[in-house]
Amino acid sequence: MRASDAIVVEELTKRYRGGVQALSGVSFTVREGEIYGLLGPNGAGKSTTVRILTTLTRPDSGRAVVAGHDVLREPGQVRRKIGYVAQASGVDRWATGRENLLLQGHLERMPGRELRRRVDELLQQLGLEEAADRLVNTYSGGMRRRLDIAMGLVHRPAVLFLDEPTTGLDPESRALLWADLERLRAQGSVTILLTTHYLEEADRLCDRLAIIDHGRVIVEGTPAGLKAELQGDRVTLEIEGDASQAVRALDGLPGVLEAVSNGSEVVARVSEGATAIPLLVTAFERAGAAVSSVTLSRPSLDDVYLHYTGHRYRGEGEPEEASLAAGAARRS
Amino acid sequence: MGPFISDTFQLLLRHIRTTLRIPIWILVTLVQPVIWLALYGQLFRRIVDLPGFQVASYIDFLTPGVVIMTAFFGSAWSGMGLLSDLNEGVMSRLLATPVSRGAIIAARVLHAALTVVVQSSLILALGFVLGASFANGLVGSLAVVLVAALLGSGFSAISNGLALLTRREETLISVVNFFGLPLTFLSSAFIASVLMPGWIRSVARFNPVNWAVEAAREAVLGSDWTMVLGRASLLALFAVVCGVFATRAFVAYQRSL
Repeated sequence: MRASDAIVVEELTKRYRGGVQALSGVSFTVREGEIYGLLGPNGAGKSTTVRILTTLTRPDSGRAVVAGHDVLREPGQVRRKIGYVAQASGVDRWATGRENLLLQGHLERMPGRELRRRVDELLQQLGLEEAADRLVNTYSGGMRRRLDIAMGLVHRPAVLFLDEPTTGLDPESRALLWADLERLRAQGSVTILLTTHYLEEADRLCDRLAIIDHGRVIVEGTPAGLKAELQGDRVTLEIEGDASQAVRALDGLPGVLEAVSNGSEVVARVSEGATAIPLLVTAFERAGAAVSSVTLSRPSLDDVYLHYTGHRYRGEGEPEEASLAAGAARRS
Repeated sequence: MGPFISDTFQLLLRHIRTTLRIPIWILVTLVQPVIWLALYGQLFRRIVDLPGFQVASYIDFLTPGVVIMTAFFGSAWSGMGLLSDLNEGVMSRLLATPVSRGAIIAARVLHAALTVVVQSSLILALGFVLGASFANGLVGSLAVVLVAALLGSGFSAISNGLALLTRREETLISVVNFFGLPLTFLSSAFIASVLMPGWIRSVARFNPVNWAVEAAREAVLGSDWTMVLGRASLLALFAVVCGVFATRAFVAYQRSL
């Protein structure tokens, strides 16, 4: 590992009692100062990875080093250097925001005077000054989440872990939180590992990300790099009728790299959108499926996910099985 | 040791704060003792006429018993707070900090003991209002409070240990309900031990609740301080054993994650 690596993860495996194989060999490296995303559906192994890196659970095999310390051999050192914001908030509802932060700081071994100053600073930064002395029980979801993040930051950790930071937030609170995280990145003093099942979030916040599926890293890279690897354009066609049948009409069509159906939609990745659209529409009409609308766009992380996992991305629940067509190079 | 003490103190402050913010709980836990003292005490007033009771008034006899019973039940529920920490993610957040692991249990046990001290004092005062007269005065009352706190520490440690091992409120509730009344009735909380059937008397000798009841009653009414000290030492040993159990349970909990 290099000195500038904040997190090094090598071949982590973990099987829970009860037989669920949560991780089957996860490896990735996070550099100092970056926001790194673990993107994947529920059950992919994101939270388990974070729980291992925060010393809350032990891997069956593999190695992980956080902020220069091995999580198995020096858990105490790791805990001093990390902040952890879990999916379940973990703040004390019957304490005020300020009391929560002060307790957290005490347990993180911060000296009293510095702690009080730091708490004031964080409350102000995260817009919680007014609510600071109210019970957390009275907070809105967004306020509580901002407090969670402040709790993780109170002792100025080298690495901050955010497990699904915006799940369950309304769009406005989510936008606020994104802005907070972008500000943190601009300050550059903390490395952030975040897990998410929102493609948009990973795209917007992460310097680099890994797509995780079934306890394994499927692909790793920058959002732009991953998208650039997927040449061509994305065409979304609304079909009247059964899209899962209609998608077969694209089999072998020149210029179509990948195609998949989703409800009444067919999403195709094509080498050049402008020339492909008439061909696609004709192919569908020949197959007896009328096209009611066509949208042309650049590839998104959605397409990256589809390309590497072979199924379309769905944040909640299991990814649906996709029918691939037309020269789709299915990699796994 | 330094971090252990300061972490225990900080976490204890948190628990005290929570209790003070939901003061209704203190009232709720005092409803039962009021019923025992005011109603049961009246209903069985004449029981002291039975040969073997060596006191003149049943309320004198009953008050220390009710103090111990309340301490026992109150602290047996102590694991519920820990379960709510487990369910709300507070425990995970704590465990990702350098916090002393022992402090997490110690703070809960100390909080239970402190709660017992407050409750016991209130019940003693209530008994006094209802006409109990304690021959040994303030010293005896302080000894009762101390004995109750020792018993409470032990049972709160068991309760927290069980909470960590089972992680289900339902299990903890059924265990407390299953053992609660038997342990109370296998003691001399309500009746003089000479009037108990022989087998109950034998079983009661091994019942920490009975140790506490006997010590508490002797402390307010009697004069055998050697017996009080002996029982108190047994209770202290009991609390230590329970504390070890809770610590082991905590290690098992962390391993199981």
